[in-house]
Amino acid sequence: MIKINNISKSFGDKNVLDGISGEFVKGKTNLIIGASGTGKSVLLKCIVGLIQPDTGSVYYDLRNFTEADKEMKSEIRREIGMLFQGGALFDSKNVEENVMFPLNILTTMPASEKIERVNFCLQRVGLEGVNKKMPSEISGGMKKRVGIARAIVNNPNYLFCDEPNSGLDPQTSIVIDELIMEITHEFDITTIVVTHDMNSVMGIGESILFLYKGHKLWDGSNKDIMNSGVEELDAFVFTNKIMKSLKVG
Amino acid sequence: MKGFGKYMIFLGSLFVRRETFMTYYKLTLEECINIGVKSILLFVLVSTFMGGVTTLQTGANLVSPFVPRFIISNVVREMTILELAPTIMAIIYAGKVGSSMSGGLGTMRITEQIDALEVMGINAASYLVLPKIIASLMMYPLLVIVSGICALLGGYLVGTLTELLTPTEYIYGIRYAFNEFFISFALIKSFVFAFLIASISSFKGYYTQGGALEVGIASTQAVTASIIAILLADYFLAYLLL
Repeated sequence: MIKINNISKSFGDKNVLDGISGEFVKGKTNLIIGASGTGKSVLLKCIVGLIQPDTGSVYYDLRNFTEADKEMKSEIRREIGMLFQGGALFDSKNVEENVMFPLNILTTMPASEKIERVNFCLQRVGLEGVNKKMPSEISGGMKKRVGIARAIVNNPNYLFCDEPNSGLDPQTSIVIDELIMEITHEFDITTIVVTHDMNSVMGIGESILFLYKGHKLWDGSNKDIMNSGVEELDAFVFTNKIMKSLKVG
Repeated sequence: MKGFGKYMIFLGSLFVRRETFMTYYKLTLEECINIGVKSILLFVLVSTFMGGVTTLQTGANLVSPFVPRFIISNVVREMTILELAPTIMAIIYAGKVGSSMSGGLGTMRITEQIDALEVMGINAASYLVLPKIIASLMMYPLLVIVSGICALLGGYLVGTLTELLTPTEYIYGIRYAFNEFFISFALIKSFVFAFLIASISSFKGYYTQGGALEVGIASTQAVTASIIAILLADYFLAYLLL
């Protein structure tokens, strides 16, 4: 479980996050949603430590990450897998080397075991026979899958996904969403997904935190998001005619 | 001053939370190939021509019958060892290797590859930059030696083929009143320049923010800052050591 307590962050005069608190449950896909520019990615970066919050703390299973020294932070980070918006695959390495990278750096596993693990992860995300391809030779959806394979290769306890559907067609988006949810359940990990895609919200939003202008306005699940009673959330959810007709119905 | 302070903190961060020796060993070897081996052709080409042109121009300026002809190669030797091989080649090295380092790191930054390393618990600065600096310290002095030899050979070829001076005169001039310390001086300069170029270029690339445009700006800034640092260091080293 990951717990955040009173997270605030400003850039200059701009207050991006204002006292955000919440819990992200183990074994569930936890979504952080909101319109563009509401501070979702900044919150995610505060949670993984890429940005230092001005106030507040982040707890990874009761371990205070914000106050931890560099060694402790490094230890916790080795339990983290992260899928970045653009995949963030290393351009100079092929698919196999990209997925194997955390194992090379963080473990003393023999080479044969590493290859076995890499092949398992690639198979798990539905990619086979692309081991030797370079990132520039594969599609956006495949890059995301390789990113997921790299994120789970070291058996993480925590999985973070920053807008996993950005730039993908709706069909591929659903495949990626389902993959993230399956992996979360299968390996019983704490997953946090940042998204503004309503298909993702309805499909995998087992636990949702809604941000609006740097404030947390609502939390719940995809089952009760339609009847939240929060005006700003309704404005975010019911943006198109189809969704509006659902609301009326 | 703020930028200089950030640069010093950046240098300090290279030596904390390091990875295993083998990791750095492999990365350093890769960088040696990228930085050194792939630069040899350019260095050979530029320095050979530079040596040849220096010989021609020195010959054109020493027209007095009271000046012996071997002085031409003597001047070429001094210029090559003291300035052309270590300093002028450093400027070319900054343009080729420095911009590539800065551009590479800048691209890694804007495509979140550096963030990916940090999230894995890896000290990205140390992992990415330290091998570049070590490889630069290893390869640039070797390139300077190659450059010096090529410049003297270029001078020999041009000098003898144009009958500006005989092979014997050229060799005599090269050996005449030779001060061995100048070789040490050139190598000291090459180590300092190698460090400055690799660290400044990496620093500029590592802290790139924005998009493709900013990566280009960072590369340009890396080359400009490296050249200024080279010229300042060149002056101070000459002042202190000669």
